[in-house]
Amino acid sequence: MSGYFKDKEPKEFKQRIVVLNVLVSIIFFVLIARFWYLQVMRANYYTDLSLNNSTRIIKSTAPRGILYDKNGIKIADNRPGFDLFLIPEDVKDWTLTKKMLFDLIGIDELTIDEKLKKAKGRPPFQAVKLKEDLSWDETVKIESFKFEMPGVMLDVAPKRSYIYGEATAHLVGYLGEINEKELKEAPEEAGYSPGDLIGKYGLEKSFEKELKGRDGGKEVEVDALGRKIKIVNWSAPYPGNDIKLTIDAKAQLAAWLALKDKVGAAVAIEPATGKILAMVSAPGFDPNALSSGVSREDWNALIENPLKIFNNRTIQALYPPASTYKPIHAAAALEEKVITPTTKIYSGPAFRFAGRDYRDWKEEGHGIINVHRAIVESSDTFFYQVGLKLGIDRLADYTKRFGFGTKTGIPLQHEKAGLVPSSEWKKKAYKIQWYEGETISVSVGQGYMLTTPLQLANAYAAIANGGKLYKPQIIDEIKTPEGVVISRATIEERARLGISEETMNQVRAALIGVTHEDGGTARFLKASNLKIAGKTGTAQVSRLIKRTKNVSSITYKFRDHAWFAGFAPYDDPKIAVVVIVEHGGFGASAAAPVAREIFKAYLGVPEGEDPAVALGKIEAKAKAGNDEILPTEAEVND
Amino acid sequence: MIDRRLFTYFDWMMLAVIAALAIIGFASVYSATHTHQPMIFKKDTYWLAIGALFMLLTIFINYNIFERYAYVLYGVTILVLISVFFIGSTFGGAKRWISLGFFSLQPSEIAKLALIMVLAKYLNVRNVPAKGMTLKDLVVPGLFMLLPFLLIAKQPDLGTGIILWMIFWSMVLVSKIRLKVLIGIFVSFAALAPIAWMFLKGYQKARLTSFMSPESDPLGTGYHVMQSKIAIGSGGLFGKGFLHGTQGKLMFLPEHHTDFIFAVLAEEWGLVGTFTVLALFLAFILMALNTANTAKDRFGFLLAFGITSMFFWQVTINIGMVSGILPVVGVPLPFISYGGSFLITSMMAAGILLNIKMRRFIF
Repeated sequence: MSGYFKDKEPKEFKQRIVVLNVLVSIIFFVLIARFWYLQVMRANYYTDLSLNNSTRIIKSTAPRGILYDKNGIKIADNRPGFDLFLIPEDVKDWTLTKKMLFDLIGIDELTIDEKLKKAKGRPPFQAVKLKEDLSWDETVKIESFKFEMPGVMLDVAPKRSYIYGEATAHLVGYLGEINEKELKEAPEEAGYSPGDLIGKYGLEKSFEKELKGRDGGKEVEVDALGRKIKIVNWSAPYPGNDIKLTIDAKAQLAAWLALKDKVGAAVAIEPATGKILAMVSAPGFDPNALSSGVSREDWNALIENPLKIFNNRTIQALYPPASTYKPIHAAAALEEKVITPTTKIYSGPAFRFAGRDYRDWKEEGHGIINVHRAIVESSDTFFYQVGLKLGIDRLADYTKRFGFGTKTGIPLQHEKAGLVPSSEWKKKAYKIQWYEGETISVSVGQGYMLTTPLQLANAYAAIANGGKLYKPQIIDEIKTPEGVVISRATIEERARLGISEETMNQVRAALIGVTHEDGGTARFLKASNLKIAGKTGTAQVSRLIKRTKNVSSITYKFRDHAWFAGFAPYDDPKIAVVVIVEHGGFGASAAAPVAREIFKAYLGVPEGEDPAVALGKIEAKAKAGNDEILPTEAEVND
Repeated sequence: MIDRRLFTYFDWMMLAVIAALAIIGFASVYSATHTHQPMIFKKDTYWLAIGALFMLLTIFINYNIFERYAYVLYGVTILVLISVFFIGSTFGGAKRWISLGFFSLQPSEIAKLALIMVLAKYLNVRNVPAKGMTLKDLVVPGLFMLLPFLLIAKQPDLGTGIILWMIFWSMVLVSKIRLKVLIGIFVSFAALAPIAWMFLKGYQKARLTSFMSPESDPLGTGYHVMQSKIAIGSGGLFGKGFLHGTQGKLMFLPEHHTDFIFAVLAEEWGLVGTFTVLALFLAFILMALNTANTAKDRFGFLLAFGITSMFFWQVTINIGMVSGILPVVGVPLPFISYGGSFLITSMMAAGILLNIKMRRFIF
């Protein structure tokens, strides 16, 4: 057995060391190859990952375009507001954080968990929005306790503010969090992401593209704990385009104040242009509350309300025009020479046709009258007989010329077309022929005939301007934030009525008679000195009830709808107004006073008065309470 | 007192390589910590100074002293390791340190040197048969390794434990083992591996499993490796520039100044930097092997070889785990990673190498 001796030059290792030199070199070669792979071949891939790692994009919402009325008064504006965010990765003590959030601002654990669940799949350290638009009180509370709740933070963002709230609710609409469907349908370049607000209703929805603007973003470098280190990149948000509406804030507000405790709608149009001056639907909703996030219960209460709060009644509700239709009927009959201005017809308490009595609203009848008096007194039996002579199809032809039965094309959602019945229509719709008895109903604007308040207002604007039917406009101007006008309303004439000036003058003369002559159904409007011409109407809801002047004795849902349609001043019409009050009873007592307030607000401004001052007066009057409206005499006729 | 010949045979080249690595290490630690933990790189300057002092000491003491006192040093080390369990301070779930006031000593680092010395002495004193050692021959050196290994694994400090293990096998292999014995040991270890698995702590198991597919759980246990690869890969060819790395500085990379320092370096200096450092380490290892090869005596050879194997395995395992080709076991990178005990131990070990080298012709 051979061995080694201590302290002798160790020759036996020489060969092993040579082998080891090679082995070590090979292993280092493998390591270098590995770094070649990572740092050269995969460099781009890891560079991207590295950027994702250390930078976060924090969106800064663009302020939405501002909405102005025709005089430049702000209707929808932006104000700064605080949103509450949570960065789950930074939360140290969940129980404490949740408890504190509940104690401070009443946001419960369930809501927090729900929000977190919805935000699942977000990149780590991205904040989750817990609550939109905190009140001042809530902001202060969170701010003063934030050091005890790591992960909870506030961020400021522009919030929508609707200056007139409910008064412009249906017209302007409101904002809401974008839903999955909207997110999918939105074009990529619009840059929506979950949690963003989007126009949900009204002009906010129709003009979303104009109003939205372009969101900016901060590219923030953060460390592994999500702490902001510095802002690497900042692209400023670009505000949305401002829109000047054709709306007159005075008329709009007056209409709302007169209607707010009722159910109904009011529309005002400038006859010379078709520009809409006011558009109100009642009951309203609070767009400010809706836009800053509404609780589930409140939301359900709104959508389940039997009064269908979210119906914009000016364009979505269909009503029989009732007696407001008579001037249109008269124009058709005069133009077709079925009657002349002097043709007198016996208009008794009832008209008997095919073995049935068709009654007049006035029990004692009107006697022998011409068309002027028939409109002034609103005789039914007169128009029953004229209608039969004219025939349904000629009547339908003229009615359509006034724009009934077709959508006006106003840029709001869910506009209804209404219905102008004719024999052809009935054959198509019901596969049976037209009965003349049905003509009698249509002659006084009942039966199948249906209109939206906007259509009726547009028709009255055409009567006021002497026969030109315009397309109703709601947008006057769209401007970029720099003030460059990018689109301006063009007055669009849809049609000439094709009715002679003489006929139109006859009809208009009758309409001023309604408010100014003895026996006129809205004589109390004379007192306003605004030269209001117009027509009342009472649309039957139920055939079965006995009509009585004591409206309150009738069950609400069986009460008739009250109409008023008219324009002013008579000689030089500046505004046409239509008001409907659902279940209001007689037109003169329920709808005409509302219309009068709109006329007054729009026309009763002294020359040269600042529109803002005039608006202030209306607001002040509303606060003081208003009790001078109601007509008291027996003027409350159909 | 000091022989002039010592200077003649001094390996200035190796000293230059060590100095270069230490400077690179300091720069990397500075880059990784200057924003968040400025104390660290300040302390690192102290460690470098103290390390240099110890290195000087180990260069000039005749290395025979290590043979003479090998058992004593080993015994003291074992006692200190035991005392860790009683007076040690806990940090991050592990009891590895003994607090000496301003300085926390990590005895497991010293244990590596003590093991190398005791094995070198034992394998030198005992005649190894020409055919190689038998299983019986392995019992005593095996126990030398196992005792500190178990004490260190218990702390727990898997990384240092593995290094002890690797040192032991390197040294006995180079001293020659019978092939039959080697195969037998290998087979029985393979059979015992599942049992060893049961003794691993949860996090240790997790590290090993996440090694297989780090991307599958990027925020869990694969996080280290994933972030490390991002840092290295995003460095590209030329790096992001000194102090311009983001991964380490922004703390995406855990343990960025200790075990994962090489990723910080790779991010800032790119392939150019990693290639340079790897070349320096390769040069250092080859020079160390050469030192062993030219040692004037068997003890010198075994001592130098043990130290070489220690450096080699630390470098290979650290860089392997940082670059994602080996599991994360917590082995620092010599001269580069921050850590007082570790740096001092490394410099002492390097000093011994220089010592052996310059005494190769002096009997």
